Amino acid sequence: MALTPDIDYREMERSVELSEIQHGPEDEFLTLNMGPHHPATHGVLRLLTTLEGEVVRDVKPIIGYVHTGIEKTCEDKAYWKVIPIVERMDYLSYYFNAHAFCGAVETLLDLEVPPRAQYLRVIHSELNRIASHLIWLATGGLDLGAMSVFWYGWRDRDQILDLFEMSSGQRMHTRYFQVGGVMEDIPPGFEDAVRRFTSGFPTRLDQFEDLIDKNEIVLQRLRNVAAVDEQTLLGLGVTGPLLRATGNPFDLRKAAPYSSYDHFDFKIPVGTVGDNYDRYRVRMAEMRESVKIIEQALDGLPEGPYITDNRKIALPPRHELATSMEALIHHFKLVTEGFRVPPGEVYYPIESPRGELGCFVRSDGSAKPARVHMRDPSFVNLQAFKPMVQDLYIADLIATLAMLDPILGGIDR
Amino acid sequence: MEAGGLGMEIVRREKVSAPSDFRSRQLSAQAMLRGELDDEELNQYVEERVLTTTLEKAANWARGNAFMPATFGLACCAIEMMAMVGSRVDIARFGFEAFRASPRQADLLIISGRISIKMAPVIRRIYDQMLEPKWAIAMGACSSSMGVFNNYALVPADKFMPVDLHIPGCPPRPEALAYGVLKLRNKVLSHPDQDWRTRYGGRGTEEVLQSEVEGDTNAGHAINVFGDQVGQGA
Repeated sequence: MALTPDIDYREMERSVELSEIQHGPEDEFLTLNMGPHHPATHGVLRLLTTLEGEVVRDVKPIIGYVHTGIEKTCEDKAYWKVIPIVERMDYLSYYFNAHAFCGAVETLLDLEVPPRAQYLRVIHSELNRIASHLIWLATGGLDLGAMSVFWYGWRDRDQILDLFEMSSGQRMHTRYFQVGGVMEDIPPGFEDAVRRFTSGFPTRLDQFEDLIDKNEIVLQRLRNVAAVDEQTLLGLGVTGPLLRATGNPFDLRKAAPYSSYDHFDFKIPVGTVGDNYDRYRVRMAEMRESVKIIEQALDGLPEGPYITDNRKIALPPRHELATSMEALIHHFKLVTEGFRVPPGEVYYPIESPRGELGCFVRSDGSAKPARVHMRDPSFVNLQAFKPMVQDLYIADLIATLAMLDPILGGIDR
Repeated sequence: MEAGGLGMEIVRREKVSAPSDFRSRQLSAQAMLRGELDDEELNQYVEERVLTTTLEKAANWARGNAFMPATFGLACCAIEMMAMVGSRVDIARFGFEAFRASPRQADLLIISGRISIKMAPVIRRIYDQMLEPKWAIAMGACSSSMGVFNNYALVPADKFMPVDLHIPGCPPRPEALAYGVLKLRNKVLSHPDQDWRTRYGGRGTEEVLQSEVEGDTNAGHAINVFGDQVGQGA
């Protein structure tokens, strides 16, 4: 199968370079290919491992198996049609993808987002963070052989997705965040439903911790495994729970608050050693903090518009179309061409469940972005995989990959 | 219960002592085991108890009620595929929960997500490694029609492998996937056992080596995928 005119598939395979390992004449190495079809690689990650017996001496991740051309496709769509495209990038944290892109475009437009929309964004983002961490817990538990965590994790995640369905009509890829605010106001009963969830969820977290924290097998497999120090991670650009597990409290919600995160009282959980156990504990503690943020945001949810009243950016309300000619013109312009964005470039970082998710947008003044680039945390964090798993057993490689929590859709884009 | 209302009424029926009565069936079974039944009674005994079918139908009944999907996730849809196994939809109620990590043990490939051009040969190889009879579900818009992306990087599943069922949605709900699996079950139950080449008119497109084609008159339309490089790959 010819992929490009001058290189075929087999030649492409041969072009993968493995690092040279100095070894004596009596050592024997085995190169083992894992993936892209491997149940424990969380998607279609492919790992070329060099083993000495059971010990991993070298690992090379090969990516690109779900390359979707998202960044290039974005250049071909009007700004508000880009949102569903970027949402499908990191498919566990769709609200964050949309948030990063909308935030970047809003910065370019110099657009003020109404406080109610900011709070609604916070509520949905934090619910999404819990859902994403629950999938990490469910699949990570599965990789460690803990089947029951899978069922419980999925039970709670489905409850969050019911809330998303209530506010936007979709379970995943909701396209709820809109440039200038959110798509529509939350329906009646949504607040009660969220409160029902947040009041019960800490108990569920206790149950998870009872299941896992007292399990000797899990503890032995996580504690003091794959510890990497803070400086190495910082040198590789790693952010998110992996970095916080080493004790560095870098979290963009505190470091550079966006979307009214400075209104809320919450803590940034950090670890001490930076091993797999700390990574697990940091994420579990983050879910508790997210619950606190959601409850505070519901308590202080301001009244007011849910989207900017700038008619050049946001669609006019449906009832205005019947009476106002101007609204009809705005509607027509937005739906056919979209809104134009003044020329410039912007980088807008937010804290996704996996770390710093940044969106770079360059505008040339037209209704379509000239360039959209995402700094995806999974992609950067995957670089730390080799220092983590070097000289570990191959069984620990699987556990470490689960605790790294890469999402291949975000890596390959 | 309210008089005249639409309610449930429990009627205690008299026990009928027909030949189909359980006790008499039990007694005749004991008699048969003791060898006490004669020609006429023995014929009646066999006719009452044996259900005839074809072996094919019986095999399809078993296959259709117990797919073993390959554990193979690509993108967003894979999450909803896992949600189908999860506690709410719980596909284990229908008997399709036994996901198999090896394609050799699987008979259903759920293509759950977008297929990049780099991934397509891998998926085709996994499908080819599965043993007949095998089925494939293209889950979601991407694997059916490239979905919202529709760009240079993706390829729909039909372009490189036979697909039995397409499930719309982006991503489809887990219920939709469960419905699709049940639709596929109906297809398997109602059709005689056929491999995919028969189902989709693909006879004569087997991939063979040049050395095998020579002298074989039946393989006239077979495609030698390896050109003249005999022995590479396969």
